[in-house]
Amino acid sequence: MSFFSLISTVIVGVLFFVIYFGLSNFILDLVCKFKSNSVALENSVRAIIFIAPAFLVLFMFILYPVFETVRLSFYDKFGREFVGWNNYLWALNDPNFRRSILNNLGWLLIVPTLSTFFGLVIANLTDKIWWGTIAKSIIFMPMAISFVGAGVIWKFIYDYRGTGDQQIGLLNAIVVSLGMEPQAWLTISIWNNLFLMAIMIWIQTGLALVIFSAALRGIPNETLEAARIDGASEFRIFWSIIIPFLERTILVIWTIITILVLKVFDIIYAMTNGEWQTEVLANLMYDWMFRGGGDSGRGSVLAFCIMIGVIPILVWNLYRHRQEQKNEI
Amino acid sequence: MKFKLNLSSIFSQLLLLFFVILWITPTFGLLISSFRDKDQLAISGWWTSLINTEVSEIHRTKGKNEQSKENEVYFIRGNLFKEDKGKKILSFGVTSKNINAYMVGEKAVLKDKSEIVVFENGDYEWRSENEFKKKKGRRIFITAKSPPSFTLDNYKEVLFEAGLGQAFLNTIAVALPATLIPLIICSFFAYSLTWMNFFGRDILLATIIASLVVPLQMSLIPILTIYNDLGALFNIEAKSFPGIWMAHTGFGLASTTFLLWNFMKSLPNEMLEAAKVDGASHYDTFVRIVIPLSIPAFASIFILQFLWVWNDLLVGLVFLDKHPSEIILTAKLKELLGSYGENWEILTTGAFISMTVPLFIFFSLQRFFIRGLVAGSVKG
Repeated sequence: MSFFSLISTVIVGVLFFVIYFGLSNFILDLVCKFKSNSVALENSVRAIIFIAPAFLVLFMFILYPVFETVRLSFYDKFGREFVGWNNYLWALNDPNFRRSILNNLGWLLIVPTLSTFFGLVIANLTDKIWWGTIAKSIIFMPMAISFVGAGVIWKFIYDYRGTGDQQIGLLNAIVVSLGMEPQAWLTISIWNNLFLMAIMIWIQTGLALVIFSAALRGIPNETLEAARIDGASEFRIFWSIIIPFLERTILVIWTIITILVLKVFDIIYAMTNGEWQTEVLANLMYDWMFRGGGDSGRGSVLAFCIMIGVIPILVWNLYRHRQEQKNEI
Repeated sequence: MKFKLNLSSIFSQLLLLFFVILWITPTFGLLISSFRDKDQLAISGWWTSLINTEVSEIHRTKGKNEQSKENEVYFIRGNLFKEDKGKKILSFGVTSKNINAYMVGEKAVLKDKSEIVVFENGDYEWRSENEFKKKKGRRIFITAKSPPSFTLDNYKEVLFEAGLGQAFLNTIAVALPATLIPLIICSFFAYSLTWMNFFGRDILLATIIASLVVPLQMSLIPILTIYNDLGALFNIEAKSFPGIWMAHTGFGLASTTFLLWNFMKSLPNEMLEAAKVDGASHYDTFVRIVIPLSIPAFASIFILQFLWVWNDLLVGLVFLDKHPSEIILTAKLKELLGSYGENWEILTTGAFISMTVPLFIFFSLQRFFIRGLVAGSVKG
């Protein structure tokens, strides 16, 4: 497509919605000017105009698909014949599926924990140091990079050349300079998962860092001063004042990263495509969506497994929302 | 600012420095590599390019066709380097067994009694009493000191030959509407959730909160089926730009609405009541009062959604074709990763190009970016 047709498609696409809202409200105003007998009717028509596009999108892209995916998980690969629990039984007996579950659990355990930990430690360090803002910027920067871009960056670091050749991957160069053998890091089963997780930690620490930094500013200075006057060590202050104060923030960050990690796809797809025992659910699902013309039944089972992972968080969020609503009233 | 020079402060600074170096090195290496000569990139680590490096190379002299005759002596003269990159030859050799047998300027005597001298800048002179007979020149092994040399060649190659330029435009064509459309429709939605009373409002709000965490994998198969059916029904392409815009709108809808709702909730109630009393309709109130007040929130959400769409791979893979007129940057990069697995000059440059826009946004609008993230997390 040429440059100009691209631009015009973009403009038409965006204008469509602007015109929809502008025009429909204009017409409503016009109609009400002549027949201004019912304010209630006007308000409900306007509410429909305001809500309709978003609601239709919500319905078509989230609500309907969630139920449809659950339904499809009980149907065959074309979504035509009911097959009962067959797809689930297939999953239980599939070695790739079991490997994915184990790997996903590993990701869930390690990535949120370490990202939160590093974020917390670095947030505390930057808080006290005059060049902390610059440091924060640098550590936060990977958040702006795509997972695929990060994949290239780290694949370059993990690059492997045979023994004796000059290593152009940083990790192997360091290993060789320490007198050890270079390794093809991404192919070492089990351990390679850690090398992939490192990428995610590298990215997500920035998120934890900025949120913690914002939260740290909420700690009343008097409390900290009082503790210092009482002779508490910085370490003691960290454990006994800062950590309890940030408890809620820690939980929030932990859940955000957990949700992200459950869906991790790009990194695996770009770096190993699930080979050498690095398969995860999202990549396996993508694989089954298109393998051999696509298998919507098995794909749906895998999607549903990811969904099961977020259900506790979903329930907890809804519970908290209800509490907040109650408090506001 | 208070400077405290005690042990714990020094320790904190060192620790932070360690983290900073650890975090910046990977990206820095990529940036340096993308500007390096591709031959050097393939044989030496990027960290060596910052200082002078010693390289060993093989070059060939000219053959018999280039010889000249002066006073009954035959000469072949020339320069070993095709282009001047500022390399300085330290030593050279004429056999592969001993590649630095002679120092620069030293005379190497060959078996046929001819003599070769190589100079520091690559000039050489091959002198013989007899006529040169071989059509091909002689191999010369050199060890040279190479200064740091950087080039834009990789960028030219990647943008115009590997097709990343088109992918860049495609990504803009995906990302701008996929950011603006949700912003438009969600701002109306959030307004009605905050300021309008209608049946089912609380349920709708709860649905939004639940949708916040629903993984987009749950939606892929059903939406792809709908798109394929629609495509077959109206005889149009199932994979198109409007298709991916709406998919991104769908996936970003919950978070965009939630953030805007959170923000609009905090707007002063009196102002809106006053507008109502003055007889302003909801549309007027929204356009004249709420939109101007919400600009900072819009900026944060715009950045969050734009970066998310720009960096997305999965949605682009599923809802767009892989041919050059539709492929997005991340998908293209992944393709290069597969087909040019060892061509690091293409990969590093491609990755850096894909990062330019996010990094520009990041460094110019970091404030809004952080504000959006914090608003989305501390509350949600």
